[in-house]
Amino acid sequence: MDSDDERLSLQLDLARRLVERLEASDLTGGDELIRQLRLPYERELFEELGKLTRELHEALNSFRGDSRLIELTRDEIPDAKERLNYVVSMTEQATHRTLNALDEAMPIAESLHERAGRLRAQWSRFRNRELSVNEFRELARELDEFLLRGEQETERVKSLLSEILMAQDYQDLTGQIIRRVIRLVQELEESLVGLIRLSSARMDRPQLTTAANADADESVAADIRGQGPIVPNTHDTVADVVNGQDDVDALLSSLGF
Amino acid sequence: MKILIVDDFSTMRRIIKNLLRELGFNNTLEADDGSTALPMLKSGGFDFLITDWNMPNMEGIALLKAVRADPELKSLPVLMVTAEAKRDQIVEAAQAGVNGYIVKPFTAETLKEKIDKIFERLDTQG
Repeated sequence: MDSDDERLSLQLDLARRLVERLEASDLTGGDELIRQLRLPYERELFEELGKLTRELHEALNSFRGDSRLIELTRDEIPDAKERLNYVVSMTEQATHRTLNALDEAMPIAESLHERAGRLRAQWSRFRNRELSVNEFRELARELDEFLLRGEQETERVKSLLSEILMAQDYQDLTGQIIRRVIRLVQELEESLVGLIRLSSARMDRPQLTTAANADADESVAADIRGQGPIVPNTHDTVADVVNGQDDVDALLSSLGF
Repeated sequence: MKILIVDDFSTMRRIIKNLLRELGFNNTLEADDGSTALPMLKSGGFDFLITDWNMPNMEGIALLKAVRADPELKSLPVLMVTAEAKRDQIVEAAQAGVNGYIVKPFTAETLKEKIDKIFERLDTQG
């Protein structure tokens, strides 16, 4: 309030002196007074202009500084496509592995079932004393063969069932890859929201910078953090990775295991 | 022999449980990440721990370190079964005191071999 009063009396004083100068036809003195009258407004204008320049500069900086968004578009999106393609081929392989085992196991089960049925019929004829000696010899030979082959064939079916069991590991492996893509989509969404905020009339920069900071914090332990399976043709393969169990065993034995 | 299987995917837990049953280990319990596994381990009675690495809340490597830091659990044999394949990670697990490391996808034979090897070594040590 005081400074306003002060300013008012200052301006009033300048205005009175301006009128005096102009009535005395002193144009040079008048111009000088007009310049002095304009001064406070000019300062305000410069301050406002300075503020705008600073904001523009910061906006451009955070735009450029959000390298995560660039990284996302340049590296991670193509990788994500590759990851999803890999998921498709892994699930395809697992399904073929399962169906192949089924294709082999089913005829074995059918044949065992059919032979057991035939032998049971003959066996019940034997129990009813309906078999001739020659028929009994034939039955004994068939039984021998059935027991021998049955033992081998059920062993084979058991190993095919194990094959089907192991083929189910795709759910874990592809699940880890899909979850990684979901995290990427979420991160991309947050980055885009930040970008929209940035370019809208009322700027809300903190959103974008906190997202970038959070990411930087996470990257501290990124070397060690669990990431799921290595996907071929992605940036995963840039890291120093082992290629199967033999590599793991070799590495561990080099460490004294 | 009481074994705890820790993996966030129930399908993988079932696979490992099935394979263990084939190998004659029938007494198994399951947990879906490190933070649920640790209290179970602390409540006692487990002879062996099989854990994944990449899990929500508490990862396998953190579980391994917590086990080694616990006076009651520190000598519990730990086998890691994981898709994590970076050399740095395997070195980290080794330094944290893992007893075996199997990289997914794995075979039934690999699981048997590593379990046998762990107990063989423990027998000669003990």
